[in-house]
Amino acid sequence: MDFNRRSLLAAGSAATIAPLSRARAQGQAIRIGVLTDMSGPYRDTTGPGSVVMTQAAGAEMANRGFTVEVLSADHQNRPDVGANLARQWYDQGVDAIVDVPTSSVALAVNQIAREKNKVFLNSGAATSDLTGAQCSPNTVHWTYDTWMLAKGTGGAIVRTGGDSWFFITADYAFGHALERDTATFVRQAGGQVMGQVRYPFPATTDFSSFVVQAQASRAKVLGMANASTDTVNTIKAAREFGLHRSMKLAALLMGVMDIHALGLESAQGLLLTESFYWDLNDRTRALTQRTRAANQNRPPAMVPAGCYGATLHYLKAVADMGAAAAKADGRAAVARMKAMPTDDDAFGPGRIREDGRKIHPVFLFEVKSPAESRAPYDYYKVAATTPAEDAFRPMNEGGCSLVRS
Amino acid sequence: MLEFLETITGVPTPLLFGQLLLGLINGAFYAMLSLGLAVIFGLLNIINFTHGAQFMMGAFVAWMLLAWAGIGYWGALILAPLIVGATGVVIERLMISRLYKLDHLYGLLLTFGIGLMIEGVFRNEFGSSGLPYRIPAELSGAWDLGFMFMPIYRGWVVVFSLVICLATWLVIEKTRLGAYLRAATENAPLVQAFGVNVPRMITLTYGAGVALAALAGVLAAPIYSVNPQMGTNLIIVVFAVVVIGGMGSILGSVITGFGLGVVEGLTKVYWPEASATVIFVIMAIVLLTRPAGLFGRA
Repeated sequence: MDFNRRSLLAAGSAATIAPLSRARAQGQAIRIGVLTDMSGPYRDTTGPGSVVMTQAAGAEMANRGFTVEVLSADHQNRPDVGANLARQWYDQGVDAIVDVPTSSVALAVNQIAREKNKVFLNSGAATSDLTGAQCSPNTVHWTYDTWMLAKGTGGAIVRTGGDSWFFITADYAFGHALERDTATFVRQAGGQVMGQVRYPFPATTDFSSFVVQAQASRAKVLGMANASTDTVNTIKAAREFGLHRSMKLAALLMGVMDIHALGLESAQGLLLTESFYWDLNDRTRALTQRTRAANQNRPPAMVPAGCYGATLHYLKAVADMGAAAAKADGRAAVARMKAMPTDDDAFGPGRIREDGRKIHPVFLFEVKSPAESRAPYDYYKVAATTPAEDAFRPMNEGGCSLVRS
Repeated sequence: MLEFLETITGVPTPLLFGQLLLGLINGAFYAMLSLGLAVIFGLLNIINFTHGAQFMMGAFVAWMLLAWAGIGYWGALILAPLIVGATGVVIERLMISRLYKLDHLYGLLLTFGIGLMIEGVFRNEFGSSGLPYRIPAELSGAWDLGFMFMPIYRGWVVVFSLVICLATWLVIEKTRLGAYLRAATENAPLVQAFGVNVPRMITLTYGAGVALAALAGVLAAPIYSVNPQMGTNLIIVVFAVVVIGGMGSILGSVITGFGLGVVEGLTKVYWPEASATVIFVIMAIVLLTRPAGLFGRA
């Protein structure tokens, strides 16, 4: 985190005076822990941005009979570290854990939240297992998942004739899920998977070897089942080795910050799927404007926007059922969230399904060329919109035990 | 012959040649980085764990030179190592020089800490997702070698780093300066008694080792994402390279660097999941059978 002397002093004095006066005026505190990647490859797409957006949601729900306290910690993308922090937090009275990018960590926290009957609001992790085989009555999966990405980008490319695929896959829960879900779409559309390489995550820097293997497969599409710096490095290698001339590049998970890192020169024309973009409509632009200063003058990325939406809706449910009841029973709080329709500036109106999946419209974006982009982060144009009900995996296909057939 | 190769390896020959070549290219980075480490360890007896951060700084300084001063790749190739090397000199003078009388472990801990701090500062300033840096126009494009597409820039990396490795080896083994360096490694007080300013030589050696890391960073900037953690993954492998080659052995680290690049490249074809582990398996085997490393003197 960014500290300077003044903020430390301010925090110190607030800590000594504030709790007493607030406790008298407002009653109970809802404690929300943002468990995220502060020091690794996902920091820019989650990290401090997620904390800022969670705080923004907390600020909007001030004075509803409870106070909101936001904590944050770095899970270093390691399931053991994440699980320890989650246990500690829940035992110390944290009511809800937010964000948790990196699927392997998220699946661990998912278990712990259920065990301790607390709330887990996931925005950062992608694996669709969170609302499938491993679904939980204590978890809401808000922003996106591997199935939605696979359908969004994979589906669009198969439709335009890209019917043979080769995957470069990060060798852990997320990469496997993304590859599996995309391959399913490819096969359903009559296409075929010509092969895949699974590389060690996060210890891989050079992707040229994998890019050349992809080239030798003679597939039409290179599916990149990875994220962040790895995707950027894969695209750089693909361009260098002339892969983009013979194959279509499908970056299955890519966001505004990654485009910023890659540069429009290399990124232009890429198709990608996201459920939030800051310049989508008046409400998203207003949200961006409100949070810009706290966000180091950058627009929110998709995952932080999801932290905002999920936290806001959770706090609405808390206000509805009363803070004491929400703190006592995480399962009941999540049930209340599912019972109430959602509406926020980032995702518009939507709802949470029985299996914990939040649904909203999903967008296929095409990256602008350098000439089309007028300002920093002005990177996308909308290529297609999938309505909420079609964008996510149908409940009966996920194998979630919460779904009554 | 080619068909025979294909039968025993189970991989089409063109692909195999391509992978060997790619292995050499990665080996070039390993060689340049382990060269700097070996030079520093040879003279200072310091295991420089800041090396990864200094590699990263090289790439970032190249980016800054372009973005803030309009100085392109060729200028950066000269200036970035000088600038980062100078920061190395400051670190050596202010901090590392106080530890020479202590055990290796202290130097390791200090440089590891400095590395983490540098990485943290860059992460705070520039974020984690990285910055774009383009391949210079003169070196963009690719040759069609028949069995694979060879980007000109990657060819340049191999040739350039071979030249640098050879030059460093010549300086240390064949010049008077190199002779002083080697003598000071063996017996510093004696060399000092002959009127050679050993502390200054040590400082400059550290600066030169750091400059080599930064040079590798500039070479890497156009092909990898320029981000604060870019050195972390690489540096662990490079340490294994140095250990396998024999701590402090210049030639050993260069040969092992290229060799292990090739081994890793082949693993990426046959068993990609293990490509991050294979070098450490080799390290374990070498340490068990030849504790001083392949080229080290026990």
